[in-house]
Formats: sequence, C-alpha cells, structure tokens
Amino acid sequence: MRIPRNTTQKIAFSLIVAAGIGVVVPLVLVIGYIVAQGIGALGWEFIFAMPRNGMREGGILPALIGTVWLTIGTAVTSIPLGVGAAVYLAEYAADNWFTRTIRLAIINLAGVPSVVYGLFGLGLFVIFLRFGMSILAGSLTLGIMTLPVIISTTEQALTAVPQSFRVVNASLGGTTWQGIRKVILPQALPGIMTGIILGLERAAGETAPILFTVAAFFLPHLPRSAFDQTMALPYHLFVISTQVPGMPIKIQYGTALVLMVFVLTMNLLATLIRRHYRRRRQW
Amino acid sequence: MELRIEIPTIPKEIDWREFLVEQLIRLMGVSAIAFVLLILLFLIKEGTPALVEVPLSNLLGQRWYPTFGIYGLLPLILGSLLVTVGAIAISLPLGLATAVFIGEVAPDWVREVLKPAIEIIAGIPSVVVGFIGIQLVSPFVRDFLGAPTGLTALTGVLLLAYMALPTIISIAEDALDAVPQSYRNAAYALGATQWQTIWRVVLPAARSGVITAVMLGVGRAIGETMTVMMVAGNAARMPLGLDAFFRPVRTMTATIAAEMGEVARGSTHYHVLFVVGLALFLVTFLINLLAAVAIFRRERGGGGRFLA
Repeated sequence: MRIPRNTTQKIAFSLIVAAGIGVVVPLVLVIGYIVAQGIGALGWEFIFAMPRNGMREGGILPALIGTVWLTIGTAVTSIPLGVGAAVYLAEYAADNWFTRTIRLAIINLAGVPSVVYGLFGLGLFVIFLRFGMSILAGSLTLGIMTLPVIISTTEQALTAVPQSFRVVNASLGGTTWQGIRKVILPQALPGIMTGIILGLERAAGETAPILFTVAAFFLPHLPRSAFDQTMALPYHLFVISTQVPGMPIKIQYGTALVLMVFVLTMNLLATLIRRHYRRRRQW
Repeated sequence: MELRIEIPTIPKEIDWREFLVEQLIRLMGVSAIAFVLLILLFLIKEGTPALVEVPLSNLLGQRWYPTFGIYGLLPLILGSLLVTVGAIAISLPLGLATAVFIGEVAPDWVREVLKPAIEIIAGIPSVVVGFIGIQLVSPFVRDFLGAPTGLTALTGVLLLAYMALPTIISIAEDALDAVPQSYRNAAYALGATQWQTIWRVVLPAARSGVITAVMLGVGRAIGETMTVMMVAGNAARMPLGLDAFFRPVRTMTATIAAEMGEVARGSTHYHVLFVVGLALFLVTFLINLLAAVAIFRRERGGGGRFLA
C-alpha cells in the first residue's frame, strides 16, 4: 500500500519541526541552567577580588582583566589588517588566479584548528621572536585567527554598497581611495562593526590558542605590561573545572556565567547594530 | 543657460598617495597568503626533527606512550576519526532538517528566533560546552546509557555534533536559498506537494552546497580541542570494536593541548606534537581546499560569506 503523499508530508514536516526545536531547546536549557546555578556566586567580590585559597574562594578579577586585555590586543592586531585585506578584495582586486589564491588562503585560515594556531604562536611569537609567553604573543595569535572572520564579513559589507555610489564618486572626480574613505567605508561601517564584534567574540572565548602563548594557571597579580603572562577567563574555567580538586561547584558555574555574559553581550551588541542600521538604511 | 563643466586637474601629490595606499592595501590582502605559509613553515620547522629522530614504524604504531619514547599516532588519528564521524552522523541530518525548516517551511517569526539562536550556538566558547559536558551530559551518558564512565567518545560525539550544527545549518541554508524559485514553482505546477518539492527538487539541486556543509562541518569537528579534551576521557588506546563509543578516547587535538604545556622545549616529544599539528593542518587544508573548489564553482569569485 502506498502512503498518501499528504501523510508523508505531515510526517516529514513533523520531523523537520522537531529538528528545529531539538536544536534550540538545549541552548535555552543550558543557558537557563548556567544562569540558575551561577547567579548565586556573582557579587562585587566575585568580579573585583583576586582568587584566594587555591582559587577555591575569592573572585576572578585577574582572569577577567586578562581576557579584556587579550580582546583589545586581538582587536588592535586584526581590525586594521582584516579591514585592509577586505578593502583590497572588494575594491581593488581583479578576478584572477592571484585573487583566488588569496581567497583560498583566507578559507584555509578559517579552517585551521585553534590548537594549531596555538602551536604556530608558540613557534613564531613565543620562541622565534622571543616574546615569551605574553599578552603580546597571545594577542597576535588570536588576531591572526580572527582575521578570516573580519575579512569575510567586511568584504560582504563592502560589496553590499551599491555600485552606483562608486560611479557617482568617480563622476565627481573622486579617486578610488577617496571614494573608499569618504563613501564606501562609512556606508559599510555598521556591517563591518558587526563582523568585527562577532570575530572578537569568538577570540574572547577561545582557549586552545592561548594555552601555550599567554595563559597562566594562576597569578597573584594583574598583568603589568604586554610582555607579562596573564590569566584568562576561558582557560580559568578549564582549570577550575578539570585541574583543581575540591573546587566549589558554585564558583565553576559563576565563572561559566561570567564568560557567557561577556560573550553573549558582544553577540547581542552585534545583533542590535545590524537591526538598527538595516532599518535605517536607505538603499 | 550656459552649462559649464569644469574638468578637475588631479594634482600629482594625490596620485602618489593613491599609489601608496593601494600598495599598502594590496600588501594587507597578500598577508593572508603569508600567514598560511608562515603557519606551515613553523609547523614543518618544529616538526621535522621528530621525523629524523623517530623512525616511521614507531610513528605509525598502535601505542602512544611518549614517556617511553613510543609515539604511535594511530590511536590518536583513529580517535579523531571516530568522534568526527560520529558527530557528523548526528549533526548532518539534524542540521539539514533545521536548514530546510528555516529556509522552506518556517513562518517568518520563527525564522527571526532561530537565526540569532544558531548564531549564539556558534558563539558559545568551547570550554563552556566542555564544562556543560562534564556537568550534565557525562552523568547522562553514564547513568542512562550504561557506560562505565561518563567521559567517553560518545559524550564527545554528542557535544561536537551540537557544535558543528551552526556551520552545517548556515551553509546548507545558503545552498537552499540559492536554488531558483522557478524550480519550486515548476514542481508545484506539476502538482507536487511542498514536501515532494523539497525532497525531489530543492535538496537535489542544492547537493553541492550540502556537500560543502558536510566538509566544513567535518573540519570544524576534527579541529575542536577543548571540548573533546574535557569530556572524551583522553585514553590513548586504539578505539576499535563496537563499544568504542562507550569508552574513553583521545583525539589529536586533545593530545597537543594536554601535553604541549608539560614537555621540554626541543625534546623529541615536543617535536612529535608539532608533527601531530602538521597532520591536522594538512587534513583541514585538504578539506577546505575541496570545499573552496565547490564554492568557487558555484559562485564566481565569492565564497567569503561561507566563512562567517
């Protein structure tokens, strides 16, 4: 007997809807659970105090500050280079084998496992350039890892600016660079910022690239210069959830919650910027 | 009325600035190639001593006991393979169905909820996923599925599958989106139901994009480090037999992350870990090369949007 096709459709659509629900529900449950378990640990002391008693008491200040520094360092490294590369691809490059090689390189950079970036940072920055394990080495490693995200989102934002803007610029006697600086970049700015924030969000949450380039198990002080090691929030969560016996569960969930808030705030910011400007855009 | 058009004379100095800026920007574009080569160079530089010091028969062995100078990479390679294949087996059907849901079936408001949600999944730090794995998934695997310990290959597979979802969903969705509306209209005109259209017309037409999604999903899963290191148990044994999913397993990535911090710089063990990194680099390079070729073939010059 053949199953009536409407029945087949009903069954198939139920499965599809179930898949959609199955993807989202764990996310909601997990975030809810982390909030519920971790909220009790939060407080001024947790955020603004040094860890005490083998990190089993006190706060997470040095890890939080370290992650802020690393995020800033990543931004400084990856934004100029990433936006520049995207401008080249979108505004200057011809469609030839050379450009394709660059695109291939970018796709490949995006696919390199994060731990391999860690090895690369160790080999080049820590050892070869003698930066040692430092915020500098970690930021450069994370910055190169973040490049492909920034390049691809920036290029998208640039190519979304209508061609007529470039034509008008040229017809008014503007040079290519004048057009980019005064017309194209300002128009594409919201899209570029969204991409930058999403890239930095990922860098801020990464652990593997900083394992051998900057992250410290425990430091009783805050970093003093770019050549210091530092604790970092993701690595700290790894340490207290797997390496320290007798770690109070509340502190673990509290740390996970702070890291999630850090990352999700950036995510939310990116979404808001995108929404806001999409509504206001006139082209 | 007389119309006068002034043709501007471009001063020489602006020409110079144009030239310099263009060269600088070109240099930034080229830097992407430079970084790939630098990564390869340093992996080779730090890895080759191992290939000299350790005989190939040792490297291809079935046991990984670095403290005794036994560097068999096979259990690590198979470990990575096991969790990757397992993860994709779950996340491909789930991700494809979700992409169809978002692209073809769901009403607008559901789409508006699902898309940011999937972006959030992509943004969850892997160490948080690992932490949740230890706290919630591993007890589940131990108590309900009867594994002797909660830290097994299966635990890693479940979490990796979830982490590969955003990649698979977004690329599959792009592929569905690229199927011309006229295909669907033609199917409806022939009296096909919506599901018949999706199953027989849209999905086959989006085939190459789906293959790209699988490849990049594989790349994502094989390179994931912290999550598998935290939840998969890290026993470097050959993962053979049907119950391999219910035993601890060690991947290539986890081995590097767990051991690099403790080895002496310049030791054989140190160089072997770079060989593992080099192998990972080459595998992901190959996967991305194939994916890129598929993307280039489909849309001329583009492909950038698949990365974000």
